[in-house]
This record gives sequence, structure tokens and C-alpha cells, in this order.
Amino acid sequence: MTLSLDWMIPLIPEEIVIIFALAALAVDFAIVRRMNPAVRWRVIGATACAGCVGAMIWIGRATNYGTSEMLALSPLTQFIKLALLGLALVVVVLSLDARFTRHTGEYYALLLLATAGLMLLISSENLLMIFIALEILSVPLYVLTAFDKTREASAEAALKYFLFGSVAAAFTLFGISLLYGMTGELGLGAIAAKLRTQPVEPVCYAALVMTLIGFAFKVAAAPFHFWAPDVYEGAPAPIACFVASASKVASFFVLAKIVIDGFGPIRGGAAWNDFRAGWMPVLAVLAVLSMAGGNIAALAQTSVKRLLAYSAIAHGGYALLAFFGNARQMLPALLFYVITYALTVLGALAVAGAVENSANGDRMAAWAGLGRRAPLLAVCMFIFMLSLAGIPPLAGFFGKFYLFTAAAAGQPHLGMLWLVIVAVGASAISLYYYLQVLKQIYAVPPPAGAMPLRASRAALFPIALLAALVIVFGCAPGWLLGRLSAVLNSSAF
Amino acid sequence: MNTIPILSILTVIPLAGGGAALLASGQSKTSRSIAFGASLLSLAVAAAAWAMFDSGRGGAQYVERLAWAPSLGIEYHLGVDGLGLLMVLLSALLAPFAMLASWEIGPNRNLYFALILFLEAGLFGTFTALNFFHWFIYWEMGLIPAFFLIKLWGGPRRTRAANQFLIYTLAGSVAMLLAFLALYAATGLFDFEELARLARNGGLDSALFAKLGGSFFKSRETLATVVFFGVFLGFAVKAPLMPFHTWLPSAYTEAPAGTSMLLTGAMSKMGVYGLLRILLPLFPGQMRAMQTPLLCLAVATIVFSAAAALAQRDLKRMVAYSSINHVGYCLLGIFAVVRITGDAGTGSADRAAALNGVMLQMFNHGLTAAALFYFVGLIEMRGGGLRGLDDFGGLRKVAPVFCGLMGITLFASLGLPGLNGFVGEFLIFKGVLPLAGWAAAASTLGLLITAIFLLTILQRVFSGPLPSRWSGWKDLTSGERLTLAPVMALMLLLGTCPQILMRVANPAALALSKLF
Amino acid sequence: MLAWTILISFLGAAALVLLPAESRRAARHTALLTALAGLACALAGAVQYERSAASGTPVDLVNFSWIADLHIHFHLAADGVSITLVLLTGIAAVAGVLFSWNIERRTREFFALYLALIGSVYGVFLSFDLFLLFVFYELAIIPKYFLIAVWGSTRREYGAMKLALYSLVGSAMVLVGLIAAYVVSGAQTFDLTELAKYHFPAAFQHWAFPLVFVGFAILAGLWPFHTWAPTGHVAAPTAGSMLLAGVVMKLGAYGALRVAMTLFPEGLRAWQNEIALLAVIGIVYGATVALVQRDLKFVIGYSSVSHMGFVLLGLMTLSKIGLSGAVLQMFSHGIIAGLLFAVVGRMVYDRAHTRDLTELQPMNLSALAPFAAVTFVIAGAASMGLPGFSGFIAELQVLAGAWQVFPRLTLLAGVGILVGIAFMVRVWIKAFFAEGDIKASAIPIEPISMPERAGALVLLGTTVLIGLWPGLLLNLITPTLNSTLFQGMVKGGPQ
Repeated sequence: MTLSLDWMIPLIPEEIVIIFALAALAVDFAIVRRMNPAVRWRVIGATACAGCVGAMIWIGRATNYGTSEMLALSPLTQFIKLALLGLALVVVVLSLDARFTRHTGEYYALLLLATAGLMLLISSENLLMIFIALEILSVPLYVLTAFDKTREASAEAALKYFLFGSVAAAFTLFGISLLYGMTGELGLGAIAAKLRTQPVEPVCYAALVMTLIGFAFKVAAAPFHFWAPDVYEGAPAPIACFVASASKVASFFVLAKIVIDGFGPIRGGAAWNDFRAGWMPVLAVLAVLSMAGGNIAALAQTSVKRLLAYSAIAHGGYALLAFFGNARQMLPALLFYVITYALTVLGALAVAGAVENSANGDRMAAWAGLGRRAPLLAVCMFIFMLSLAGIPPLAGFFGKFYLFTAAAAGQPHLGMLWLVIVAVGASAISLYYYLQVLKQIYAVPPPAGAMPLRASRAALFPIALLAALVIVFGCAPGWLLGRLSAVLNSSAF
Repeated sequence: MNTIPILSILTVIPLAGGGAALLASGQSKTSRSIAFGASLLSLAVAAAAWAMFDSGRGGAQYVERLAWAPSLGIEYHLGVDGLGLLMVLLSALLAPFAMLASWEIGPNRNLYFALILFLEAGLFGTFTALNFFHWFIYWEMGLIPAFFLIKLWGGPRRTRAANQFLIYTLAGSVAMLLAFLALYAATGLFDFEELARLARNGGLDSALFAKLGGSFFKSRETLATVVFFGVFLGFAVKAPLMPFHTWLPSAYTEAPAGTSMLLTGAMSKMGVYGLLRILLPLFPGQMRAMQTPLLCLAVATIVFSAAAALAQRDLKRMVAYSSINHVGYCLLGIFAVVRITGDAGTGSADRAAALNGVMLQMFNHGLTAAALFYFVGLIEMRGGGLRGLDDFGGLRKVAPVFCGLMGITLFASLGLPGLNGFVGEFLIFKGVLPLAGWAAAASTLGLLITAIFLLTILQRVFSGPLPSRWSGWKDLTSGERLTLAPVMALMLLLGTCPQILMRVANPAALALSKLF
Repeated sequence: MLAWTILISFLGAAALVLLPAESRRAARHTALLTALAGLACALAGAVQYERSAASGTPVDLVNFSWIADLHIHFHLAADGVSITLVLLTGIAAVAGVLFSWNIERRTREFFALYLALIGSVYGVFLSFDLFLLFVFYELAIIPKYFLIAVWGSTRREYGAMKLALYSLVGSAMVLVGLIAAYVVSGAQTFDLTELAKYHFPAAFQHWAFPLVFVGFAILAGLWPFHTWAPTGHVAAPTAGSMLLAGVVMKLGAYGALRVAMTLFPEGLRAWQNEIALLAVIGIVYGATVALVQRDLKFVIGYSSVSHMGFVLLGLMTLSKIGLSGAVLQMFSHGIIAGLLFAVVGRMVYDRAHTRDLTELQPMNLSALAPFAAVTFVIAGAASMGLPGFSGFIAELQVLAGAWQVFPRLTLLAGVGILVGIAFMVRVWIKAFFAEGDIKASAIPIEPISMPERAGALVLLGTTVLIGLWPGLLLNLITPTLNSTLFQGMVKGGPQ
């Protein structure tokens, strides 16, 4: 028996990331431990950057695709990995200014490991693989959330995240084992094939629901969202960004993969005139609860980060609408939406982090007169908020528009229009709280004696870049959509 | 067809003059001269139009037609027949007269004179326009200046008076507008002549019902009557016909003298003119159907306003009520002529007489009432704001000329033969008596009461003991005499030679009487 | 030519953002120049259109594929109706800048937002792709909010938020309708002319029409969804109220006409009576409430509700004359309401520092600010619908059209006009011509400045011009109503 290393070739990007994670640790130990923090953060940060960039370059150049039982490599998965690496890169850059911990090497290593988990998750074709990848992703995130040891909130958030996450993982595992028991399969395609031929037993629905719960937790869909506000508020700012953006993109993609590839035969129905058991009604309920609950709770928030957390729950609800679209539009709509949403919320949380650093908190009052104190940050926040509210010509608007169109067109006779109406209505309400933030920034004068807020270049540059992307993807969504449909067409999803 | 657009010129002169007077703010004397000059100029143009008028034919003369907004059936269409010309001349006469009456008016003199000129332009326009669109512009254009003339220069209770005046008249206007829009919606026409042509064949009612009838208006008659009432209301308020007159006494009383003169002399004629020019040709059937109630209202107007005048203690209010009374005769004449009599020949003659009378009465009352308001204004000025019937007495001794001229005016007003007031009233009664005898008979009561209260004025103000505080009462100054001279001359002249007016009025009256 | 209006406005806004913060003078002049350039483009475009052989059909200005996957085109086009409203926007924009000349606080930002709003409004009026139209429609919400929330007065944050939320709820309704129409037609296009050709199933039209119509009409002040209008108008700064009443309310009416009525003619017929009733209630209600207000701006605000009722009534007549009246009324109300708000907000409030009628009463403003008084009287006369002003010719057509379909409602509308006259007279008397016991010298009042005079004259001139030569606009509007886009709407209607 010869040991073949061929299996490692498709995983080279992931391997690069992991190697650089280890490298970050090594560099920290060996070289920069005793240097001053600024240099230390920069050197290790640069290592992490190099990891991300290296993986991106590799993905960009690689052309070997293929599907095995466990993993699938297609232009689509590679594209999403690129996007995830890009988001991770932004988080790495945003972390350069962080001073909340002395464990720089560990911090970046965990961040890169979580990224590797994400990438693995994207490629997984097998429920067990998916579960493992999820855990690879989650465990570093639990730790990273608790990384700010100077604040109690950080520890509390991590604990909540961990407890909810473990319970959800348990549910998922239970669901998977039930499925395995019924079908004898773990591969998504194989499960679908079995489900298509076998009569569907009621316990199958139980398995379905349990599996979905795990992902509802990951995408913070109500009523499995309780961890989200605390993590957004308590976790170190870059980690909150990571959880809100990259982790969400990947989770939605995998959810789509599971329900379409794995549970395709038991989709059921959620049209107003046609409710049938399956994953559709489950997702419809989750969507309604998330949109309503998230938006209503957000109305009452006074902390901008918590507000963003609840708005994230609502946005998760909107994104679920994509699952009701037809096969042709579903994935482009979903991916366009979650990617642009990730860019937006990443930027918004980054701005919130910058404000928090300077003002000891992100209560509304801390934002007063930001338009005066930090014009560039304020303009960026203006763009992010309006994009989240779905105001044209920003990316959030087109994303929502496409989602809603796809959902309405997905079922015959405008069956899902009821859900679109809920979503559009919820989205209209959401303008209220986004405007509350913008009102503080622009309409309320800065408090007497307020100093101009100086954000570092490491924070400003990615934020400005993200704002520019939000505008570009809003004004010319054609490019991203074109890429998405190109990779979809060549991936035979 | 003449090439000089004389009627347009006539309207433009006061508008331009008013604008110039406004611009000459600061120099109140200059602006006053400009305004007065403009009013004299328009008088000259009106006189020229009068002189060149071809009395041989009925129908409109000096016609101007220009396409304006063809897609809406709006056309710039001007023209006057005898009726219109009489009214134009009356307005042109009264404007300078009114200006002289308020020569020394208080603050913002330039604005005052400009407003008078705008009012005059509105009058000219109303009496010459033959298309609803711009006719209505002028109709309303008179209103806003009048409102501000009362509001800004009026007596102590001017605000209320001005408000009442504006709201009442505009309410009438809105009703009329809606009615005309109904006509327009049904026929696509705004032109008075064409509408009248349609109405002559009975086509108007059917067109209305064809287009607008249905769910709400079940019968042809109801619909036509509703539209008729809309138009009627606009004119009835303006004229005024009781019970739509309540705005009038306070408006006339509170307005400054010059304004009251124009209001009563010319503006109230807008209502009567409208009844003759528009309502009569457009809705003969409805008027005939409503004749008895309308006549009752006219009689009531005549009798009750006379009685009300008798009960007043304020000279200006008395004159105001007497004005309602005199307009009442015109209304009586108009409502009587729609009656169908068995004998076409005699009926036609009676109608022509009544209509002639109405037109003469309109002109003469304009002149007389304006003169009366002028005198009351003089009394008020000299009496330091007092104008109660009981505040004066024996003025004849200190101001004989004043007394004499005002006496003549009062007698003209009560219709003494030989003075201008007589001919019109005589012709009206002559015509109405065979057409609607009972109404004529009842109206004579009004004549009687009028005589009583006019004589009362004469007696209480000019005879009896002279209160000591009025011993320094000034007789008419030479300026005032000069102002009055042409008016007095006209009153005498028209009393003795009514055919001057008849020459112009008769063709119009004949044309109208042929409608029935 | 017309497409430049949008670009110029946004470029102007961008230029203002780049100016240094302190340069107020430069900001004002940039804004004025931009507005004037926009107006010039609008005028040139109108002339060009009228001279062309288009005779009422829409003329493409710009048309390229924008988002290929959804078949969305960046399609700008113009017909007589849109050009009329573009002209209105141009005039209102210039006047608004002139009446905002005295803004000293954050001048640059004010004008930048102002021009962004103007640009979006131009965009709505010229979009023939419904997606694009919707983009511009929503884009207008944000500048509106900030103009009110930052530079407003009475309860500005409340007013601004209310306006923003009402607008967004309205546009949410529109969005649902648009998406549904897109899906149902299956035509894979958002192009207005293409969708208009498609015959939607009657059952669909019956619910889609009211959804989209009301969604737009919220912004047009349709009773009972009008409540944003008075508070928004009152809270807004002068130019803000001018634009709100002048053009933003027109966005709603335009959308209702261009989208809801064009796409769903059968639904329109089904709901015609109900909406006409709401319109007339709005006419009477707005005027009646205006009659008892103490705040001068509230009076004008409610009067806007009343006047927009005429627009909606005209639309519901489904006859050419009524529609032409409705479009003309949009134009006319934009000019007149703008003027009224300018006098109240800029000439009165900025000087007397109160808009309360009982407080204004003793001041006798006609003596203190005769120019303001004269302007207000003329504007008030125009607002009453007196002949000779643009409002008259518009209401005349609307009512003539209404007579043919809703005689009963026409009579009610007459009552509304009457009440409208009454409240205006009340304001004349109370605000300007009351007998003052305060001497003129007691209140130092700065004289009316040149920009204000110029702005007032522009607006006054326009309303008189259109009042006396309605043909100038009717030549644009009437042929358009004969074009194919409007055929479904007026088919079978009288005249």
C-alpha cells in the first residue's frame, strides 16, 4: 500500500491557511514575543494576511475541480471560498489595532483556523463532514469570543455562544443520526436518492427539523438567535465582524446545499394555498419569526451593536426567502444577498468598533455628531446603514429586490407572495432604527468639547473599501451577478 | 368688422394704469394723477365706442375673436351689444367719479387708486367678454380689489363686511363655475353665443342629460334645474336678489365712499347683466318654469328692502337698502318677460318695453346711486364720521347748493318724471303690468315706501332747526361742484331725452325679447 | 437633453460635497447654478420635444441594459406628462434655492441634499423602467428625511421620521405590486411600455391596482393616508416644504398615474368610485381642517391635501379632460404651494419668528412686509382657484371631467372649493391685514431680499403665465393623453 498524497491536492488552499495559522504561532513564539505590541501585531498580522492572500491566489489559479463522496470542488465553492477569504482578510486587517490581548499569535492562529473550518464547510458533501467542519469553525469562534479578558461581557457572550452552540450541535447530530438510521447514508446526494425512492416516514420530518435547528442557530434565525446580540456586543470587535459576515455566508451556503441537495425530495410547500410538510414550511416559519422578531426587537435597542445584531437576525430572515425561489434564481439571489450583506455588516460593525474604542461604549449618545467628529467614518456608516435598510442605489437594495423577486416567482400563482409581503413590510419598518442611528450621526450636534475621532489607517482603509464595494455592487450589480451565474452554470449545482 | 381692437384697448388701459400707479409708489400725487388719467382715457375710449356704435342692428359689435386654448374650447371672444355698451359706458363714467370722491383717501393712496382701476378693468372685461373662460377671469378680478378696498380703507367694522362680501360672492361664483363646468362637460363649449344657440333649439338640456344624466340625476328636468340654479345663484348673490343680499348692506356701508359708488353703481349691475346676457338665453325653459317663485322673490326684494331702508337710522345703510330696492325693479322686469302670453304680438311689445326699462334702469340707477353715495360720503366727511339720520337737521340754511343738488338726486332716485330715474321704472311697470299684473301691483308698494324714506332723508337732514354744531357746515366747494356738474347734467339730460340711451338699448332689448 | 437634468443635479450635489465646509457663498452659487442648468435643460428638452414629431409618444433618452440577469434596463424616456413635471421640478428647484439663500448652518450639506433630492425627482419623472423608477423613488426618501431632521423647525424629528416611514411603507406596497406584476406577466422585463402591453388577469388587477395605487398615493396625500403631509410640511425648512408640496407629492400622483393606472386599467375601473370618493373627502377634509388651524404652515399643509385631492379626482375621471386637468393641477399646485410655503416659511417665519395666527395678528404684516403680503395675497388667490391663475384652469378641467362621471362628488368638491376660499380669506385677514396694535418700528424686520423677490417672481410669473396661456402646457399634455400608453385608461371614457 503506497501512501498517496493526491487527496491533499484539492485541499491546498485550506492547508495553506492552516500552515499559516501555525506559522503565526511560531513567529510569535520565536521572533516577536518581546517586541513592542505594535510591531508584534503587525508582524503576526502580516503573516495571517499572507496566509489568506496565498490561499486566494492558489484558488484563483487552480482549475482542478471534482467531486468525491466527502468533498466537492466546483467553481462555485471556490468562488465562495474566495469571498470568505476576502472577508477574513478584512477582519485580519481590522484586528491590527486590537490591544485587548497579549496572545497575538494565538488570536490570529485561531482566526485562521476558523477560516479553514469555513472553507472546509463549503466543500463538504457529507453530513458528517459538514458536522466536523462546523465544529472546526465553532470551537475557535467560542474561544475568540472570550478573548477580551478585560471585559466581563466577552466571557459572558462566549459562554452563551458556547452553550447554545453545543445544544444546537447536539440537535444536528441527533438529526443526522436519525437520517442515517433511516437511509443508511450520510452523503447528501445519496440521501436524496433514498428519500426519492422510499416512502417518507414521519420520523424523517423529525430528523429534518432537528438538522435544520443546528443551522438556524448558525444563521441566528429566530427563535435560535439568543446568542447573537451578546456575541455582537461582547466579543472583540473584529470577531463580531467575523461571526456576522464570513460565518454567516458559509452557513447559508451549506444550509442551501443541505435542503436542496439532501432534502430536495421532501421540500413540502409553504404557498398560502398549499401548505405541505417538508423543509419549506419550517424555513417559512423561521423567516417570519426572524423578520418580525429581529426588526421589532431592534426598534428598542440603544446600543448600536445590539441593534446590528437584531437587524442581522432580521436579515437572516430575508435571506431565507431565497429558498422559495426557483432553481435558477435561488442561489444567485441568496449568494448575492449574503455576500453583499456580509460586506455591509462587516463595515458597520467595524465602524461601531472604532466608535466604541474612542467613546467607551456604543450607546446611541456616543454617536452624536459623528458627522462632525469623523466625517469619513460617518459617511461610510451612512452608506452601510442605508444599504442595510435597503435604500437604492446600494447593494442592500438590489439584494433584497432580487431575493423578493426570486421568492415571488418561485412558486406558481404567486404562492409565496405572502412571505414577500411580510418581508417588504418588515423592511419598511426597519428604516426607523437605521435612521435613528443616522440621526445621531448627522442631526444631533456633537457633545460640548468632543474631540475629533481619529481612527487608524488600518481601520479606515478597509472600511472605506467596503463602503465603496457596497456602492459599486448596488449601482452595478451586474458584475457580481454575472460571476455568480457563470460559476453556477459551470458547477451544475 | 373694425380693425382696432377697441374693447381690448378699453380693458388694457385701466390695467396698465393700475400697474403704473402701483409702481409710482412714494409719489402718491403722481400715482393718483396717473390713475385718474387712465380712467379718463378709458372713458374717452368708451365714449368713442358709444359714438361709433351701429344702433341699426342687434347682436354683438366690435367683435374680436382669437384662438386661445383651442383644445379646451377657449377662445378670446369679445363683443358688445347695446346692453354691454351701456354697462361699459356706465363703468367708465363711474370710475373717475369714484376716484374724485376718494381724492384725499388715507394711507397707501397709490394702492387705493390702482385697485379702483383693477376693479374697473374687471368691470369692462365682464361686460365685453363672450367666452366663459375670460369672462370669469374678469368676473372674479373685480372681487379681490373690491375686497381689499373695503378691508383696508373701510369703516370700523370693515373686516367683517369685507369677509362677508367676499365669501358670499365667491360662494355664488363657485356654484356658477360648477354649473358652467357641467355645461362644458356636456357640450364642450364655453362660448356664450354658441351655448345660447344650442339652448334656443332645446339642445342644451338634452346634451346635459345625455352626458351627465344617469345614476344621480334621474330626470332631464332635475339636472337642467340644478345647473340652472348654479348659474342663477352666482348672479342672484351679486345683484342681489333677496334672500341672498345679506352681505350687501354692511359691505356698502363700511366701504369708503368711492368704493361704495363703484360697488352699487357698476358691480351690482354685473349680476343683472349676467341674468340678461347669460341666464335668460341659456335657460329660458327653467326660468319659465320657476317664474312665479322668482317673481315673488323680486317683489319681496323690492318691498322688503324699501321697508328695511325706512327702518334704518344710518344714512349710508338707507342708501344701501334703497340700492337693493332699485335693482329689484330690474329683476322684476327680467323675471316677468319669460312669461308666455297668448298673443305673440302684444306680448313681444310688452317684453321689449320691460327689457328696455331694465336696461335704462340699470344705467340710471348706477348713476343716481353713485351720486347718492357721493353725497353721503360728503356728509360723513363734513360731519366728522357721523351719518345718522338724527344727527343732522336744517342744513339747507347753511348749504343751499348741497341741499339742492342732493335733493335732485334723491328725487331722481325715487323716480320723479323729468329726471333720469323715471323712464326706466315707468317702462318696467308698463311692460310688467300686462305680463304679470299681480307682481307689478305688489311692487308699487315698494315705490311708495321708497318715496317715503327718500323724502324722510331730505326732511331730516336739510330742514328743521339747525343744530349749533353744524353752523359752520361748508357748502359744496368748487371742486365738488365741478365733480358733480357732469353727473347732474347727465341726470337731467337722460330724464328729458331718454332716447339717447334707448337708441343703444332698444336693439338689444328687441333681440332678447325675440327669444320667447 | 432631458436626461442631463438628472446628471447635472447629482453632479452639483457631488461638487457641493467636495467644497470646503466654510464656503457658504460658493455653496449657494453652485446650487443656484445647478438648479438653473437643470431648468434650462428641462426647458430645452420641452421645446425639443414639442418641435419633434413625437406628438405625445414617449421619446427615448437613454436606454441600455443595466442588470442583464433580471432584464433591467437603464431606460429614461419622456412624454408630455413627464416633461410637464420635469419643468415643474426645474422651476421649483430654482425657487427653492433662492428661498434658502439665508441658510447659514451647514450650508454645503443642505444644498447637497437638496440637489440630491431634486436629481432623484427628475429621475422618477423620466424613468420608463419600473425598477429604475422605483430606485429613484426610494432614493428621494433619504434627502427628505435629513433636510427636515437637521434644518427643520417644529417637531422636526417626528415629522421627518413620519414622512420617511410613510414613504417607505408606500414604496413597500409598490414594490410588492411591481414584483407581482413582473412575475405574473412572465415578460421578463420591467419596461413600462412592454408591461403596459401585457393584459394582466382581471382577478390579479383587482388587488394589485389598489396596492400600487395607494402605495404611490400615500405620497400624494390621499385621504386617509395624508397625515404625514401636514406634520412633514410644518417641520420642514422653507425649501423643504416647498419641495415636499411642490414636487414630492407629485411623485406619488405621477407614480399612481404612470404605474398603477397604466398597468392595471381593469383594476382601476373596479376601484374608480371608491378612490374618487376618498379624493373628494380629502378635498373637503383638507380645506375644513385648514380652516381651524392656528399655525400658518399647518393651514398651507392641509390645503395641500385638499388640492392634491383634485389631482386624484381628476385621475379617477378616466377622461382626457380630467386627466389633463390632473396633470395640470400637479404642476399648478407645485408652483402655488411652493409660493405659499415660501412666503410663510421664509418671509414671515424667518422674520416674525412665529407662525401662530394669533401672534401674527397684532403685527399687521402688510405694513411691515408689504411685498410678502402682496405675494401671499396673489398666491392665495391662485390657491383659491381664482381664474387667471394656473390652478383655475386645472380645477376647471378636473371638475368638468368629474361632472361626467361623479356628479354628486363634483357638487361636494364645490363645497371643498368654497371652504378653501374661506380659509384663505381667514389667513389673509389674520396674518397680514389684521389691525395691529404693535407699531411697525417695534419689530425690526429685515427687508425682503433680492433672492426672495426673484424667487417669488419666478413662481408668480409661472402661475399667471399658465393661467393665461394654458396652451403652453396643454400642448404637451393633450397629445400625450392620446398616445397608446393612456389608451387603456381612457378607453370608452367620454371625450
